[in-house]
Amino acid sequence: MPRSVKTLAGWARTAPSRATVLTGDDVASTPALAEAIAGAGSRGVIARGLGRSYGDTAQNAGGLVLDMTARDRIHAVDAETGLIDLDAGVSLDRLMRVALPFGLWVPVLPGTRQVTIGGAIANDIHGKNHHTAGSFGDHVVSMDLMLASGEVRRLEPDGQESELFWATVGGIGLTGVILRATIRMTKTETAYFVADTERTADLDETIERFSDGSDEAYDYSSAWFDSISTGSKLGRAALGRGSLARLDELPATLRRDPLKFDAPTLVDLPDVFPNGLANKLTFSAIGELYYRKTKNKRGQIQNLTAFYHPLDLFGDWNRAYGSKGFLQYQFIVPLAAEAEFRAIVRDIAESGHVSFLNVFKKFGEGNRAPLSFPMPGWNICVDFPIVEGLGAFCRSLDERVLAMGGRLYTAKDSRTDHDTFAAMYPRLDEWRKIRDAADPDGVFASDMSRRLRLTP
Amino acid sequence: MIDAVGHPTSLLLLGGTSEIGLAIAERYLTGGPVRVVLAGRQSPRLADAAARLTRAGASVETVEFDARDAAVHTEAVRKAFAGGDIDIAVVAFGLLGDQEKAWQDIDVAVELAEVNYVATVSVGVALAAEFRAQGHGRIVALSSVAGERARRSNFVYGSTKAGMDAFYTGLTEALRPDGIGVTIVRPGFVHSKMTAGMDPAPLSTTPEKVAEIVVDAVTKGRELVWAPAPLRAVMSVLRHIPRPVFRRLPV
Repeated sequence: MPRSVKTLAGWARTAPSRATVLTGDDVASTPALAEAIAGAGSRGVIARGLGRSYGDTAQNAGGLVLDMTARDRIHAVDAETGLIDLDAGVSLDRLMRVALPFGLWVPVLPGTRQVTIGGAIANDIHGKNHHTAGSFGDHVVSMDLMLASGEVRRLEPDGQESELFWATVGGIGLTGVILRATIRMTKTETAYFVADTERTADLDETIERFSDGSDEAYDYSSAWFDSISTGSKLGRAALGRGSLARLDELPATLRRDPLKFDAPTLVDLPDVFPNGLANKLTFSAIGELYYRKTKNKRGQIQNLTAFYHPLDLFGDWNRAYGSKGFLQYQFIVPLAAEAEFRAIVRDIAESGHVSFLNVFKKFGEGNRAPLSFPMPGWNICVDFPIVEGLGAFCRSLDERVLAMGGRLYTAKDSRTDHDTFAAMYPRLDEWRKIRDAADPDGVFASDMSRRLRLTP
Repeated sequence: MIDAVGHPTSLLLLGGTSEIGLAIAERYLTGGPVRVVLAGRQSPRLADAAARLTRAGASVETVEFDARDAAVHTEAVRKAFAGGDIDIAVVAFGLLGDQEKAWQDIDVAVELAEVNYVATVSVGVALAAEFRAQGHGRIVALSSVAGERARRSNFVYGSTKAGMDAFYTGLTEALRPDGIGVTIVRPGFVHSKMTAGMDPAPLSTTPEKVAEIVVDAVTKGRELVWAPAPLRAVMSVLRHIPRPVFRRLPV
């Protein structure tokens, strides 16, 4: 039997738990999957993809976890319409490799390609092009969802069961198991970006760059910012903004194979890093280097790794934090809260909690999904090594984010409490009603659903 | 689940009026909301404990539990888990009693053995079953340095703690493959109702300080801690002192 008890954790390696993991044909076969769900027991069942969510969304202590990577078929590619019909366990990395020769581009790419289609929908993931393309759910034409009853429903964004469709988008696997989806891909002539990079001197200039309208000229934009330096360097950033290159924009050497999958990985990090290596000294040094290497340059042609996934140069980079792991804190606040937003950035820098991987982006309009994270606003993502006092610091950030009308992202959260989460997502009750109707007995459950009291 | 920064969602205190137990709950409550289940005999003291934790920000439930009645332990533990997952269970109940009476009066001796040893074992078995089914969690067992080497002054109490300590030491290993942790805490002399009127031993401590050590140990996943920490070194010396010398020591 491809069924075993395993310890599962999120990408940040905090708060692991034990669950029975179902793999192989028991997941790949639809009748077997229905049978497994029917026999899930009182601890319930949750689908898991590639485990890139940072917290406890895809683990289910004492219960059943479905390893969805067993469902990995790509059923159809239509180069004309740009539609691809594929299983939920296919990764974005594989989708990209398969789609590129057809001149098709994955419409929304997060910071890693190692996520599944099911995970991309369930977390309604976003990327550097949120302000022009929205989030992943906006590009799903239809999906097949297995309900708690074992029945499979085909859901569409504007179809008869559109409510269940949108409750599943961002619904972190709690409405059912996403089996298959049809994605509308973006057409592209090349696999390269035309990018402008620039440095800003401080937080004022960083916010200004994202507010002066220049962002609209780029399909993709985000910034790495310095969250350690205080004083005049506070909030200085390295901006990378660009759009997919047209064929005529490529140099002759690249024009011969414009749709080549060009995303090199340099080295996989071994699991040997001691706790405490990630500290203010090392982070300041690497940050300074990263900031300095960014030159003010316009119209560069960059491959996917250089422009989009610089961290992919280091596989398994989460190991650099040692066995204690780290905590990713991502929040968004409405654009109007700019003054308090500046204060938060300053207080993070002054807190003594050091973060190196800091992402800054201005988001565009959100979608109809009640639990979708994106909304128009300032988005910040930082990651802190686990040290004493971090919990209290994050709680103080929660309160301020909430007071600004902002919220946290389920794919990143690993510690907030149920009251805070409910206040951050005012449409939670609406989502619960749809969810409970689809799964009245609470068969779908996860460590996160228990922590945040999302399911009965 | 104990979250990424070591904060639990829920806590079960077996011995719902234990001062160390309540201090542990209060310490966790400074880091955010916690659902606390107090297991104990219905009494004004239990009601006071519930009120005290409610004021500190907890949502409190109580479960009827009598350490003397092993027949109801499984049911009491099951009820404690019925309201949702328990992240940490603290085995905090225990009796000290009159030590001179205890070695001369059968009833007193047996009561100490039943509460401090038999009941902690039966509760441990029930907790192990619930935690294994739940797939996560940690047991904190309040032992005592008195169990490390029997002393003339409190050997009945010491013998019960020695048994309890050995049981939870073994349970730590038995539960390890299931990902369930056990933390054994060996406090020295703790200023509390249990020790009121007694002369404090050297390296005495308070429930609050023990709680601080427990919370730190749980966060770090440590399996055995002393409170205060220097007792570890002291006890490791005392354990090896020859009897003729040991009996002359003022301990």
